[in-house]
Amino acid sequence: MASIDITPGPAEIARGESLWSKLLYYAGAYPLGVVGAGIMFVFVCAAIFAGFISPYDPIRTNAAVSLAMPSEAHIFGADQMGRDILSRIIYGARISLAVGLGSTALGSLFGVILGLASGYVGGWVDLVIQRIVDVLQAVPLLVLALVMAAALGPALDNTIVAISIPLIPYTARVIRSNTLSLREQPFVEAARAVGMSEFRIAMRHVLPNTLAPLIVIATAQLGAAILTEASLSFLGLGVPEPHPSWGRMLSDSAAEYVRTAPWLVIFPGAAISLAVFGTNLFGDALRDILDPRLRN
Amino acid sequence: MGSYLIKRFFLMLLTLFGISVLIFVMLRIVPGNIADIVFNAAGMIDVTEKAKLEKELGLDQPIAVQYVQWIGGLMHGDFGYSYVSEKPALQEILPRIPITAKLAGLALTFAVLFGVPLGVISAVKQNSKLDYLLRVISLSGLSMPAFWLGLLILMAFVKYFGTIPIYSSAPLGFWQALGLYSIPAAAVGFRSSALMMRLTRSSMLEVLRQDYIRTARAKGASDNNVNFHHALRNAALPVITVIGIEAAFLMGGLIVTETVFNIPGVARFLVEAIRWRDYPIVQNLVMFIAVVAVSINFLIDLLYAALDPRIKYS
Repeated sequence: MASIDITPGPAEIARGESLWSKLLYYAGAYPLGVVGAGIMFVFVCAAIFAGFISPYDPIRTNAAVSLAMPSEAHIFGADQMGRDILSRIIYGARISLAVGLGSTALGSLFGVILGLASGYVGGWVDLVIQRIVDVLQAVPLLVLALVMAAALGPALDNTIVAISIPLIPYTARVIRSNTLSLREQPFVEAARAVGMSEFRIAMRHVLPNTLAPLIVIATAQLGAAILTEASLSFLGLGVPEPHPSWGRMLSDSAAEYVRTAPWLVIFPGAAISLAVFGTNLFGDALRDILDPRLRN
Repeated sequence: MGSYLIKRFFLMLLTLFGISVLIFVMLRIVPGNIADIVFNAAGMIDVTEKAKLEKELGLDQPIAVQYVQWIGGLMHGDFGYSYVSEKPALQEILPRIPITAKLAGLALTFAVLFGVPLGVISAVKQNSKLDYLLRVISLSGLSMPAFWLGLLILMAFVKYFGTIPIYSSAPLGFWQALGLYSIPAAAVGFRSSALMMRLTRSSMLEVLRQDYIRTARAKGASDNNVNFHHALRNAALPVITVIGIEAAFLMGGLIVTETVFNIPGVARFLVEAIRWRDYPIVQNLVMFIAVVAVSINFLIDLLYAALDPRIKYS
């Protein structure tokens, strides 16, 4: 979405330039995207190095500091069980990232399979898949994820599956429409002319060309998946204890501590918002770069 | 147009049938039914008692039979009984609908009122400081969980009024109710208005490049006239689609917001019913939500054709 009319599209960049100079070029053209990437980088680092950087054990309780206000010892304060909020937020990045990446990857996988089959094979396969997509898309995301999560039971892997299912139709739709136009391209015709099998054409020629829109929609879904995990855990139907999930931290504290211990509410929510904000900024820039048609 | 409508209508019924099967099967693969929950909670292990309860609730029948009984009941206006309250499901669901509908209506109004004009301004002043500011605000609106925004609002209430708004069923005057419901509606609608703003902006940018806009400017039409009359009217179509999609998808925000504010609407009721494995309530509520969502999409399609004479369905 950044600076439209002046920025040349990817095609206008001289060929043979190194990856590094391309990256630098895009970084200059999309400053907000760089901010987003920076935020994502911080959260990924927090998730990977949680064991080294968090000051306390996120699970160990300590009655002596129950509901302690933010101080030098506990920068973001402590919760009702005396667990350090900052440490829980750092470890919570792992849960958010695992669920976000896991469900986006799973949803994309099924979405690509359905979209590719639907668009490339066509006919009754297309008809059947489109009806399945209709059904999945007609139920609001959180409602479907809620029922799925309740059906599968509270566990980390179940939460990932529950969130991935509602993401499928969006990916399937995008991949299908992309495949439909790719199917008519001369290079597909050429591959067919030299006797390539249909399956091989779909895999080797069509699939790689849907990568750009796939990356665009997957990045957009990453933020949605993180938000949905937070909502599910907030409602008590997501990631169970003892995992420190950001959403669950808010459900423990919610209305009760709004009056007495606002730091229990402010910091986990800020972590969710910032992480999703970062992926959204980055996703916007990525969309502008990879898919000039969507640029506005 | 006529044959398209008929085809579209049957596809709609097919979708609803698919949803009913999906929801029904999903609820039955749950490990443990209400009989288990009741018995585990009470610490009872009498197998014959449990079997009696399952028989009473029809849980001992094969899934297919249970499904046919459910759909057959729906056709006759029989929505079954809530397992938890033992009242007719319809009696439990119906009184809660107006509460959620009011909230959703207010949230949508809020979203259109703020989202559309700000989107137009953002597009007209493209790449200005104001544009950047508005875009960052709208993106943060899409990034903030609705329940957190709700909690922050409650926190502000505690700080400045020393109390939080109470949503009881006590009868209120129109203005008092409007004021009371505007608070959670703002929490729900912030995300929608952000979405509306982004979409209006991109749609406007597209239109502002068209030849007829240049023509309008050339003939001396004022900026406001061009932006709001010539451009916005043409940019409205995708915005209307999003209003339709949002109307259905507001449900997600309503679920968490009703929970935060303790509002006795259908959205919070759904979560409670899911926790209790109250199948009759859950499956009927999800079906209700799906019917609303699918009908809205259908209406949006019709509206599209009415608003844009270029669109012809065949």
